[in-house]
Amino acid sequence: MAELTTSKPSSRGFFRRKKKSDENNLAGYLFISPWLIGFLLLTLWPITQSFYLSLTDYPLIADPNWVGTENYKRIFTSDDTFIKSLKVTFTFVFIAVPLKLAFSLGVAMLLNRSMRGLNAYRTMIYFPSIIGTSVAVSVLWRNMFGVDGYINGVLSWFGVQGMGWISHPDTALGTLILLDTWQFGSTMVIFLAGLKQIPQEMYEAASVDGAGKIRKFFSITIPMLSPVMFFNLVLQTIQSFQMFTAVFVITQGGPVNSTYVYAYFLYEKAFRHFQMGYASALAWILLVIVAILTAINFLASRYWVFYESGGRK
Amino acid sequence: MKYLFPRIANHAFMILFSFIMLYPVFWWIGASLKTVPEMSLPTIWPSEPMWSNYTEGWQFSRKYTFAHFFKNNLIMEFFNVIGGIICSSLVAFGFARVKFKFQNILFGILLLTMMLPMQVTIVPQYILYNTFGFVDSYVPLILPHFIGGSAFFIFLVVQFIRGIPRDLDEAAKIDGASIFGIYYRVILPLIKPALVTVAIFTFIWSWDDFFAQVLYLSSVDNFTVGLALRMFIDQFDIQWGQLLAMSLLSIVPSTIIFFLAQKHFVEGIATTGLKG
Repeated sequence: MAELTTSKPSSRGFFRRKKKSDENNLAGYLFISPWLIGFLLLTLWPITQSFYLSLTDYPLIADPNWVGTENYKRIFTSDDTFIKSLKVTFTFVFIAVPLKLAFSLGVAMLLNRSMRGLNAYRTMIYFPSIIGTSVAVSVLWRNMFGVDGYINGVLSWFGVQGMGWISHPDTALGTLILLDTWQFGSTMVIFLAGLKQIPQEMYEAASVDGAGKIRKFFSITIPMLSPVMFFNLVLQTIQSFQMFTAVFVITQGGPVNSTYVYAYFLYEKAFRHFQMGYASALAWILLVIVAILTAINFLASRYWVFYESGGRK
Repeated sequence: MKYLFPRIANHAFMILFSFIMLYPVFWWIGASLKTVPEMSLPTIWPSEPMWSNYTEGWQFSRKYTFAHFFKNNLIMEFFNVIGGIICSSLVAFGFARVKFKFQNILFGILLLTMMLPMQVTIVPQYILYNTFGFVDSYVPLILPHFIGGSAFFIFLVVQFIRGIPRDLDEAAKIDGASIFGIYYRVILPLIKPALVTVAIFTFIWSWDDFFAQVLYLSSVDNFTVGLALRMFIDQFDIQWGQLLAMSLLSIVPSTIIFFLAQKHFVEGIATTGLKG
């Protein structure tokens, strides 16, 4: 590997610098080569390939057959499932993301105090999130919210007539949103990290000026936390569009397509019906939607995200 | 003395809240020992524990026990974790400590890939693996961890390395260390905490990465624990007791790791992740 000695005579400085920068290029690219190869092979090439496939009819067992914009035309004009799954997905994203962010911020603030046993509480509260999006948790949820699930058992104590929460079209999506919110841990940890970086002096100074708790929250916590909030918002939005395991295990898109989210729709087209071209077109539409939403988030962030030193990113 | 009441109230609230969060898990433990009619009760402990849920569930089919699926999964995780550690430390060192052409652009691209929905790449990736005959093997599940892994982990480690004083590098340079020597002898030992975080997350996330498993593994012989659980549900008459018992076992590895490395886990992101 490149030797980087600093004791060469200064008269050879020019050559040395030239050589050094070359060597660093090589070393740099060697170090990042695992990622670079992965990026070219598993990201860049597939994206371009996916765009090409979206303009073809490709049943996997035969060669791709060029159809131009036919897939897109069909998706936008004659595929009712597309509209339906977009509606379901947007409903999920627009309810689950704010809910999860608000909830995890609240819990993060609860956990950002000095009290005994805080570590234990933090561990317990975080626990549901480490078992994450696994099949096991989906299985649990499916049982809990079934007709004979214990949720209905609890409700019957209060004289409420239970129902099949996951088998009823009005409540199935809500049940999945609840599951998503229950696993708020990673969002919460990121908020907690952000909260810990707010200088305590700011709160003290505000106290001296007579600011109450609510005032401090809106004038200090929210602005200081806004970059972290923005980070969470962007990441959660993107992730919510890809919700899959819970739908696959719990509802399979049903009942009556009420949980037929976009990622599941795409999976079925590609790997159950083997319409690879059509699925690629769906994937590109997803990419455009996510890109637009992310761009909106970034543009809107100018008005509410506050960076300490002005232009810091 | 006057603060005693709020303090008790505080703890009471935290305990109640933790209990509500964990209640499904407690119930799960009890339910794995229950008969089906008893499962609809919110009580935790069964009147008569059905240990057969575990023994019969474990005996998955005539040919396979759950030991087989756990073994499959754990072998896969072993490689994933190794790959994740090697790859993220090398790449992060390159970005954080070496100067090279187009560095900033490439780092920007790396961050951008975090925002890319995986559905966009999944179809061509599948076709690629299919062409090379890797479908129904662990290659598509393991390989990505060695080439790139998750951009998030690389980002995490870059942030961590940036917090280490550059003077150390300079000192090692004067002592005649090569650039690889700086990576291996100076930085690598110092970023252990970050790499522990990477290892834990890699394990838990790829254990749960059901989508890739569904896509790439098709023969029962290769099945992971998650896929085996999925087979239970496909049956017409779901054996809920056995299913819940085996589901519970399936989260044991992640749970053990979580408790062993609890401090790293919750503080890992907090101390390394988001200073940028």
